[in-house]
Amino acid sequence: MIVVRNGQVLTKSGTVTADVVIEGAVIVAIEPQSRMTGATEIDAGGAWVGPGLVDLHVHLREPGQEWKEDVASGSAAAAAGGFTAMVAMPNTDPPIDAGHRAGFVHERGRRAGLCRVMSAGAVTLGRAGRELAHLDELWDTGVRVFTDDGDTVADAGILRRAMEYLAGRDCVIAQHAEDPGLAAEGHMHEGSVSSRLGILGLPALAEETVVARDLALVRLTGATYHVQHVSTARSVELVRQVKAEGLDVTAEVTPHHLFFDHRAVESMDPDFKMYPPLRTEEDVAELRRGLIDGTIDAVATDHAPHADHEGEVPFEEAPRGVIGLETAVAAVLTSTALDQETFFDRMSIAPGRIGRFPDHGQALAAGGAANVVVIDPRREWVPDRFVSRSQNSPFRGRPLTGTVLATIFDGRLTHTGEQAS
Amino acid sequence: MRHLLTTEGVARAELEDLMDLAGEFVDVLGRDIPKVPTLRGATVATLFYEPSTRTRLSFERAARALSADVLTFNPGTSSSAKGESLKDTALTLRAMGADLMVVRHGAAGAAHRVATWVDVPVVNGGDGAHQHPTQALLDAFTLRRHFGKLDGLRIGIVGDIGHSRVARSGIHAFSTLGAHVVLVAPPTLMPIATDGWPCRLTGDLDEVIGDLDVIYLLRIQVERGGHSGFTSLPEYVRRFGLDDERFARLHPEAVVMHPGPMNRGVEISANLADHPRALILEQVRNGVAARMAVLFRLLASPQEST
Amino acid sequence: MTSTDGAVIDAADVHRAIRRIAHEIVERHHGAEDVVLVGIHTRGVTLAHAIAESIAEIDGLELPVGELDIGLYRDDLDRRAGTRLSRTSIPVDIGGRPVVLVDDVLYTGRTVRAALDALSDLGRASAVQLAVLVDRGHRQLPIRPDFVGKNLPTGPGQRVAVRLEPIDGTQGVWIMDS
Repeated sequence: MIVVRNGQVLTKSGTVTADVVIEGAVIVAIEPQSRMTGATEIDAGGAWVGPGLVDLHVHLREPGQEWKEDVASGSAAAAAGGFTAMVAMPNTDPPIDAGHRAGFVHERGRRAGLCRVMSAGAVTLGRAGRELAHLDELWDTGVRVFTDDGDTVADAGILRRAMEYLAGRDCVIAQHAEDPGLAAEGHMHEGSVSSRLGILGLPALAEETVVARDLALVRLTGATYHVQHVSTARSVELVRQVKAEGLDVTAEVTPHHLFFDHRAVESMDPDFKMYPPLRTEEDVAELRRGLIDGTIDAVATDHAPHADHEGEVPFEEAPRGVIGLETAVAAVLTSTALDQETFFDRMSIAPGRIGRFPDHGQALAAGGAANVVVIDPRREWVPDRFVSRSQNSPFRGRPLTGTVLATIFDGRLTHTGEQAS
Repeated sequence: MRHLLTTEGVARAELEDLMDLAGEFVDVLGRDIPKVPTLRGATVATLFYEPSTRTRLSFERAARALSADVLTFNPGTSSSAKGESLKDTALTLRAMGADLMVVRHGAAGAAHRVATWVDVPVVNGGDGAHQHPTQALLDAFTLRRHFGKLDGLRIGIVGDIGHSRVARSGIHAFSTLGAHVVLVAPPTLMPIATDGWPCRLTGDLDEVIGDLDVIYLLRIQVERGGHSGFTSLPEYVRRFGLDDERFARLHPEAVVMHPGPMNRGVEISANLADHPRALILEQVRNGVAARMAVLFRLLASPQEST
Repeated sequence: MTSTDGAVIDAADVHRAIRRIAHEIVERHHGAEDVVLVGIHTRGVTLAHAIAESIAEIDGLELPVGELDIGLYRDDLDRRAGTRLSRTSIPVDIGGRPVVLVDDVLYTGRTVRAALDALSDLGRASAVQLAVLVDRGHRQLPIRPDFVGKNLPTGPGQRVAVRLEPIDGTQGVWIMDS
């Protein structure tokens, strides 16, 4: 039995000060000053207690690039970051475009036992953008998110066919929106900083044209559609408009896009190289606004591990992406100062719904699944070393506010940080 | 000055100091024995990831004229072809005793990165389309020798500004020294955003050519193919090439510069490259002296670390 | 320093020493038609000009005066922050001609060693001699002056300051404890 004492607990009927009692994989009671005692007692000390966080966007690198990360090490990083469920992107080697490949990832996740791991399925075979992947097989192994992430489904005809094929099923097509022609050889946001550094830029338009086009396809097909790692103000505005129209469209934003703008690249440090790239201050302000007003439904980390030696090269030659699981809570709280209810909605409830996780992303309730996180929203810390196999974080050495005190997955304690004092 | 990585933010006094030193080294290079023992025992490593024989030779000539030893790293025939990281290569050369590293790389920020990994001075010998500070220094030095000073000079830089490290370095060095810089290129060869740059922009060479004291022609990368940023070479030459007719409209004292290597008949007509008012070989000569000044300043007399 | 109070050699003595060196140079060379005077920056250059003037007064000879900066030839470069170089220029070819190197103070001999290296890169003089206003001893190299204004015994902890009218506005030699 685990008892989390004295927390601000997010329940279906609002926030209450209470103890959360867990037995087996189930929450058995949420009550003030519970008489029950557990083998494990966690003193929340007034910190936030809520449903385990859900990440719609991680790269676990298995199979194929295990020197960067694997499902087990990524699961440990997820637990350290407060996550109890995540969606692994299909851009592995080989890519996850068939049922048995998704099944392999799911099995690795179960074996690690630290976090619910759902593999996303590729939309196209080999993520090559030409013919549809084995969508039925993938569906049958429990895949509910389809994306060619890392690349864009650039051919509107193929994307339309995928939308039509999956229409009516309880799943979502997610898009890494980046027009290959406009993106060209770009390595960072096209603007004043790229011009100064002489680094080829990737214009905001590369994302916006794809989002605009895809939304037109959604209107045509009635598909359920999700914009991955939205990065520009105009993209947020496009999503806002179609939501008002009533289309089944959602969007996610990464912690680093909420935190940094393109001036961070002046250091030419590859820890600031990601796709989409860090945008302007105006874009960052709109992303924060969009997250707060709900236009952007969820925060997703786009956790993208790369080994140290792979980053020991000039910016333009460095691989894309940064890790994010272990700094997500702090980066979001430091950059947006969300209240508890909004925080858990964007970090757990909304992504749990979008990812179709039955036992994750629900306000806590007696009888509910014991996937719980305890977060101190005020504790300051400076990230240094990470549980992830890779250390390519833009937050290293940067003071942040907000820590994960404990993560409970499936009724088991998967992470404890320092206890609040 | 601990490293020389960029001209951005380098103070006028520092540029003047390096040019003063370069002046002394021009004298040394003019002697019967064009060599001084100043850096005897020091080792200068050149890491050139981009084939650029002339810049590498210029640095090596400068190092040897100061009696330094030279370690030449040639990635084509070494372990970088086998995937060694830039950091490992830099640390390897440091372990072999390099006291200063000159880094030339096709990617922006390479020299900056090396400077964070090694404990010796690093000179940026050109990084991507970002910076080429010794080129700007030798150009400024050439202009100072020719005109006495740069204050008030009107310098037009013509060509592929967007992809030019020579332009990016020159803009800052020239304007810091009091010159007025105008960039001349079709819109597709201009940087995307130039707000706050200390220069003016135009797409019309003929509009400004009569006002220029210096016309600085950049090399057109004929090999860039579909992403060249102009319609065709003949059209580019018609609008932005320096031919006899345009040359005649320059101020009678105006000079022509080019960082080399030239495409005769493209950015500059074949015969003008050899005109007495073309300072192109002067630039090459002064390049050795300017690089000696940089090596001397960084190795023989480091000022307070920055 | 505006007066010569406390000077171990006063202005008039400096002037006399320069004249004596000028005489000795003319004497040693049986006339000095071929001689090139080369001063070491900074005060060696001033002294070389002063010696040339004296020789002109004595013999009516206009000797060429060169200036030498030894910054590029020092063996202690990395201990000298922000080294500035001065001009090196000699108006005639020194090849085959006798050169008299001129400096204000001879101490360890390292400056003269560097000057000899610098000079040999500029041409092959038929002979090189050394003239100094003050020899304070404590040599670290086998170097000996040919013309000396004054021998001045000092301790290694002391500093010798030479001031010359054209650049300092006063003239004399002082010994200071550093």
